[in-house]
Amino acid sequence: MRRARGGRRVQVPLALLLPAVAVVALALLPLVYLVLRAAGGGGHGLELLWRRNTLELLWSTGLLVVSVTAASVAIGVTLAWLVTRTDLPGRRAWAVAAALPLVIPSYVAAFCLLGALGPRGLAQQVLGVERLPEIYGYWGALAALTLSTYPYVLLLTSAALRGVDPAQEEAARGLGTPAREVFRRVTLPAVRPSIGAGALLVALYTLSDFGVVSLMRYDALTRAIYLQYRSLFDRAPAAVLALVLVALTALVLLLEGRSRRRTHRSSPGVARRLHPHPLGRWTLPALGFCAAVLGCFLVLPATVLVVWLARGLERSDWPWSETLNSISASALAAGAAALAALPVALLARRHPSRWTRLLERLSFTGNALPGIVIALSLVFFAANYASPVYQTLALLVFAYVVRFLPQALAGVESSLAAVSPRVEEAARALGRGPVVTTVTVTVPLIRSGILAGAALVFLSAMKELPATLLLRPIGFDTLATDIWRFTSVGAYSEAALPALLLIAVSAPFVYLLSGRHEPEATEHG
Amino acid sequence: MRKITGMVAMLFLAAGCGGSESGDSGALVVYSGREEELVAPLFERFEKETGIEVEVRYADSAELAATIAEEGDNSPADVFFGQDPGSLGAVSDRLAELPEEILARVDARFRGGDRWVGTSGRTRVIVYNTDALSEDDVPDSVFDLVDSRWQGKIGIAPTNASFQAFVTAMRLDVGEERTRQWLEGVMANEPKFYEKNTPVVEAAASGEIAVGLVNHYYLYLVRAEQGEDTPIENHYLAGDDPGALVTVAGAGVREGADNRENGERFVEFLLSDESQRFYTEEAEEAEIPLVEGIEPKEGVPSLDELSGAGPDVDFTRFGEELERTLELLNETGYTS
Repeated sequence: MRRARGGRRVQVPLALLLPAVAVVALALLPLVYLVLRAAGGGGHGLELLWRRNTLELLWSTGLLVVSVTAASVAIGVTLAWLVTRTDLPGRRAWAVAAALPLVIPSYVAAFCLLGALGPRGLAQQVLGVERLPEIYGYWGALAALTLSTYPYVLLLTSAALRGVDPAQEEAARGLGTPAREVFRRVTLPAVRPSIGAGALLVALYTLSDFGVVSLMRYDALTRAIYLQYRSLFDRAPAAVLALVLVALTALVLLLEGRSRRRTHRSSPGVARRLHPHPLGRWTLPALGFCAAVLGCFLVLPATVLVVWLARGLERSDWPWSETLNSISASALAAGAAALAALPVALLARRHPSRWTRLLERLSFTGNALPGIVIALSLVFFAANYASPVYQTLALLVFAYVVRFLPQALAGVESSLAAVSPRVEEAARALGRGPVVTTVTVTVPLIRSGILAGAALVFLSAMKELPATLLLRPIGFDTLATDIWRFTSVGAYSEAALPALLLIAVSAPFVYLLSGRHEPEATEHG
Repeated sequence: MRKITGMVAMLFLAAGCGGSESGDSGALVVYSGREEELVAPLFERFEKETGIEVEVRYADSAELAATIAEEGDNSPADVFFGQDPGSLGAVSDRLAELPEEILARVDARFRGGDRWVGTSGRTRVIVYNTDALSEDDVPDSVFDLVDSRWQGKIGIAPTNASFQAFVTAMRLDVGEERTRQWLEGVMANEPKFYEKNTPVVEAAASGEIAVGLVNHYYLYLVRAEQGEDTPIENHYLAGDDPGALVTVAGAGVREGADNRENGERFVEFLLSDESQRFYTEEAEEAEIPLVEGIEPKEGVPSLDELSGAGPDVDFTRFGEELERTLELLNETGYTS
């Protein structure tokens, strides 16, 4: 066992510090913009803050964040344990399928839930009932957001479960500890950082989401921010509300940082798999649970989309160039985000101090801000100070990186934590410089983590809408903007095709993320 | 390393095929808050007719107005084509004076001073479910909606610009106090809130609500999606009722625009007889032409029939009045 902060104090190499600082500085642009706008309004914005029911907004936002995170952790961790640690029949297929809802944009999920369970929706038509319980509001928002975020917890937790040294669990079992206690006292602490990282992504997503809360008519902070932008053309009050959101984000980051500090990690002695836990009479309930989750979160929305598609297929053109645009912009964003995350992650993990940790946390700001804030801040900076890049693909990719950097960080950091710094120290001792060591030793070792982070960013960028609308080059239509174009005039049947294409293009990346290359757990007992 | 560089270059190239680079191409740049599904044919016709290339950025009207404000003097936009007087008013101090012959095409009450001009009109209506109500059951005045018989049956989009414009008009017309009473009276009937006009009309079609306060043309959009036999109909309100407000979508040319002349040609084109007829003959949404002598689609009242309809209010005041309207909506519980 070792602690990450162990070893002698090494001076932070400039080759690492400079790029890390540059990345974080760029990621902070939206925050700078908000402060500028809020200050520009004088006391006006603040005054509005007191007049409006800001406390109520904070409460409803907090409630939603806590419930979505709790639901995602409950579903995600249970599924992760079932597909990695038990003899659940067909668990490799379940592992991929259960992660698939990640590719459904949350606003599409909300549309689908409304189409299925809303008034006069498919469910009512099929079941022939007069009324279903009201889906709008808290429950609808909770369902749609959980659907699109629990895969974060599932993916990060199953990756961690696969990486835990089986010897510890075997030792505990050998000492006669009951299975439940082994899980609680040995397994859970080992994967807690990954659960925390997943929960953080869920919480940040929920904080920043606008599509779901607006469709489900749930009063969250983001909705209030959008309404301010849309109806009051004075931008100061919206900026003040957005800063309130930033404060809430800081609180979430603080909580997650605390849970992380109390953990330590061990690396597996040998690469081998734990004997799977027999489910026995729990097999059927477990299968039922998986089926229920997938039925609600994958089959239901997909069915709605297919029904809509059948209704409008003859009117739809195949959006080929939109598909190509979505893929290329998202792929560039994925690559750039992984590259940007590397120095920040290396600095935070290999040179841990209060300052490097703060630097890493600061890069999370963009992720919790609603897309409109990111978009307008970059409109302001680029149009006025970097006009050659304004409305180019490069700026759009940059916006994606600012929004989704934490997802790349989650991937890079989780694999970095599993690689012992001793390896790097050995390389340094053999006379290699810090940069060469990083490129030739560290990067190849954490390749899978970098790829996982990049894949997460790719999937998010495919789904991104608000910043895309304002920052894309003129005429650069993506699948997400296509969906928006049709749903904004109520033409759901025509929105179904781009939505299904988006899902189809993204799905292979989930396969990649769900760790298909892991050996079958039963191969070596 | 070379492989990676090659891949990045390829991605940029692939993406380049789909989008056209804006900037020095000399094309006319239009920021359109009006939906692509509704107005794209107009742009195509303009291109064909004049040979001027047009690049359109589609997004929400208010977000585009905010974008133009953030861009400042570096804005690439030549023309702003806005969905409502509110967003047009918000950018009007960044718009250039329009030539007299363009302004003269449209009645002065449908213009924002000399900065922007209305290009199509719409009127507020009560949309209703024809299975639940006959036309006679639907009130002729919005003031009747405070009656308790509408308990739980009203649909509203309180956060939408068109509803807010209607409340502003009511305030200017019948005064603050009566507007507040009306808002409180309707609130006592527990109306259902929606994000935009389209979902309100959809809710009327599904029977979730019996009546909804919307712009007239969304009916046609929902019918296009759900079928002509969808059980919904518009009820046009009586003469001077504030609920019969006539508002406009409009366009203006940005001050300092690179293509000011072509921008003016485009606005002029929107007001040509041919483009005005587009709303009556082809477009799904059946808006009301603003140029004299062009009749709207069958079943939609013409400007003449609507003349004197709705409150007599000045659009240019909507911008400055909006804040007070929002406060009122906030105080009466319509928005948070």
